[in-house]
Amino acid sequence: MELDPLILSRIQFAFVISFHAIFPVFTIGLASFIAFLEALAFKTDNPVWLRLSAFWTKVFAVVFGMGVVSGIVMSFQFGTNWSNFAQASANFLGPMLSYEVVTAFFLEAAFLGILLFGRDKVPKGVHLFAAVMVAVGTFISSFWILSANSWMHTPAGIELRDGIFHVVSWTEAIFNPSFPYRFAHMGLASFLTGGFVVAGVSAWYLLLGREVEANRKALSICLWLLLIIAPTQAVLGDFHGLNTLEHQPMKVAAMEGNWETSTRVPLLLFAIPDNDTQSNHYEVGIPGLASLILTHDIDGEVPGLNEVAKDEQPPVALVFWAFRIMVGLGLLMIAVAVTGLLLRFKGRLWEARWFLQGLRFMSITPFLAVLAGWVVTESGRAPWLVYGMMTHAEGLTPSLTGAMALFSLIGYVVVYALVFSAGIYYLLRVLYVGLEDQVVEEEYDSDRPMRPLSATHVPFEYNKPGMKIGKFGPPTNQGGSQNGGI
Amino acid sequence: MAASELILIWAFIIGFGVIMYVLMDGFDLGLGILFPFAPDDTARDVMMNSVAPVWDGNETWLVLGGAGLLAAFPLVYSIVLPALYIGVFLMLAGLIFRGVAFEFRFKANTSRYLWNWAFAGGSTVAAFAQGAVVGAYIQGFETANRVYVGGALDWLTPFTVLTGFGLMAGYALLGATWLIMKSEGYIQDWAYRITPPLLVAVLLVFALVSIWTPFIDDMVRDRWFSAIRVIWILPALALACAFQIFRSVRKRYEGMPFVATMGLFIFTYLGLLVSRWPYVVPPEYTIWDAASAYDSQLFLLVGLVFVVPVVLGYTAWTYWVFRGKVRAGEGYH
Repeated sequence: MELDPLILSRIQFAFVISFHAIFPVFTIGLASFIAFLEALAFKTDNPVWLRLSAFWTKVFAVVFGMGVVSGIVMSFQFGTNWSNFAQASANFLGPMLSYEVVTAFFLEAAFLGILLFGRDKVPKGVHLFAAVMVAVGTFISSFWILSANSWMHTPAGIELRDGIFHVVSWTEAIFNPSFPYRFAHMGLASFLTGGFVVAGVSAWYLLLGREVEANRKALSICLWLLLIIAPTQAVLGDFHGLNTLEHQPMKVAAMEGNWETSTRVPLLLFAIPDNDTQSNHYEVGIPGLASLILTHDIDGEVPGLNEVAKDEQPPVALVFWAFRIMVGLGLLMIAVAVTGLLLRFKGRLWEARWFLQGLRFMSITPFLAVLAGWVVTESGRAPWLVYGMMTHAEGLTPSLTGAMALFSLIGYVVVYALVFSAGIYYLLRVLYVGLEDQVVEEEYDSDRPMRPLSATHVPFEYNKPGMKIGKFGPPTNQGGSQNGGI
Repeated sequence: MAASELILIWAFIIGFGVIMYVLMDGFDLGLGILFPFAPDDTARDVMMNSVAPVWDGNETWLVLGGAGLLAAFPLVYSIVLPALYIGVFLMLAGLIFRGVAFEFRFKANTSRYLWNWAFAGGSTVAAFAQGAVVGAYIQGFETANRVYVGGALDWLTPFTVLTGFGLMAGYALLGATWLIMKSEGYIQDWAYRITPPLLVAVLLVFALVSIWTPFIDDMVRDRWFSAIRVIWILPALALACAFQIFRSVRKRYEGMPFVATMGLFIFTYLGLLVSRWPYVVPPEYTIWDAASAYDSQLFLLVGLVFVVPVVLGYTAWTYWVFRGKVRAGEGYH
């Protein structure tokens, strides 16, 4: 089999960016949640808020650390695998990505340290301010990245001269047509991610009967937030879809599995789209509903894939199914949030163990929904890298061979498998130790700046089976290590 | 501001960023290279603790350099990265391993030896790959129509292997002299002991590269043997620094060996730059060819004017806070 560097590079990019994306998606939501808890702590003086905030800050630190490590790779991907694209779009993408790095550094240098280590060293107001700034900073960071990404979907404010994009209007380029929708959609996705993870972990603690008061409070807040955010996301997603219909009709056609431009297009519940035969197999749909959703008119005309040549169509089955996974999970999230409300009204929220169990499993769903959503939007742009202007094939590094791409792809898979399983394993350890870990905090106190992961003191290994939670002594007791776990 | 001035400013920023990265990440990569040879695990704790508070700030310069290069000199980014495809991957993999090892070694008890190896292996591979990049840069890149057209392993030649080992030795030297400054007792004795042989290795590579380079490239030969003679002061100063390292180690000065090693790096780096100036993608393209649009360079410069002073201030503050000796049993964690 001939190794195709184009396919392999696309798989590699999808792999490294998916791995990278799950961390910031979580930290953006969590940062806002922490700022919210800090504000409650500031206003009410209830120590529960402080304990919750301190615990989730530690989780934040670990995830943030992993995001930084996986981010190093990202800043080189465009050059190594997509050098023609990098060269052509550097005038716009270069400053965008640089500003992102600069924002992230600024955030880490100035405010993250105070949030993680300054609780007892700065006045309460300053600590709250730092928490808010970290939350704002994560949004500014994603602002640059999503602007750059949106520009690839709906390029604006640029001029193509001699194969190079030149920026003619920074405002139009940065605030390109799909950017506001994508930014809002991702912002809410981050909140949903943060919300469902915190809810799931709190539910798990409640099932174990650990720190009941604090975790009930955390879960209760999350359920209220999710009740508002999950339906809002559905509405916003609809707007985002309409924006896509306007600017990238073929993506919408693939999402709907609609091959021919027509009216009264059904909403397909099941189908196996086939690019080769240009049709769907085993179609099951609700007549007219896609037209109604997309045009708000049951007789509305929906563009079909037949409007472009076969080689300009996205991989329809992938986009079609990824879209259904995302929407299905989104509906599930709404259902869970509403169920929570009903149980609350009946006063049975804390007794319904099946619901708490369900919430545990829900904590993975936002990550799946986010990844599915990115598959929809990115694969749906294919074969374009910059929509309507540059294809994937044109953007690829000319000197790249299939063997090189395969080598690095396998390499990244191996490295990530080793490194991030250690990271995720450690994160689970931090969650396992839970809120009770905070007793030993004082022993490591130091007035020196530290790095994100210094915020947790949880040892890496699961040391003694049956060891009581909350009894993690300082590592000086554990066989001659002097530095006592970060 | 004229376009040419802006490009010069950017050349200075990127050039400055590169040497900042080399000096700062250099000594902590160097400690990783020396890690397996340390006298005992206590010494390893001290070595790691001496850089733990600063290493990730050091690596920020690399990320900033990558993104800054894309913004200011996209041609360099889009030719050099494909040319060094395999090398870049190895460097990133090495940096990831050592970065994670940094975090988890302190938290680990029974799995500590694994993180030791990840730290040493990652540092060594990353240092070698960076050294090979320097060699590849001296060698030049095969290009046509502003894209790289050479093969996957063109960067891996006897010459770049030599520069790869050279930079490993150089980073190890930075690490050893850093350790002299930051440690005491038997750990410091060990650092004093390994410094002279490391310096000899560095000078050997330095000499070989100096002899070899003019044969690789006519332009470099002309630059050194027929053009302005004043540039000979750079290797002369580098050698003076080397002599100073020997002398200060013999007298058991504590700070001077590290300072002199930094000097050795700076003058060698400047020597390298004047060999190639104004070419950034030798042998074809100069900084003028490689620059991005005026507007784009200006747009980013505005932000950097505010941020770079903060970054430098923050860096200086961190080093100031962590000044002084690191003692066994006294970590920052």
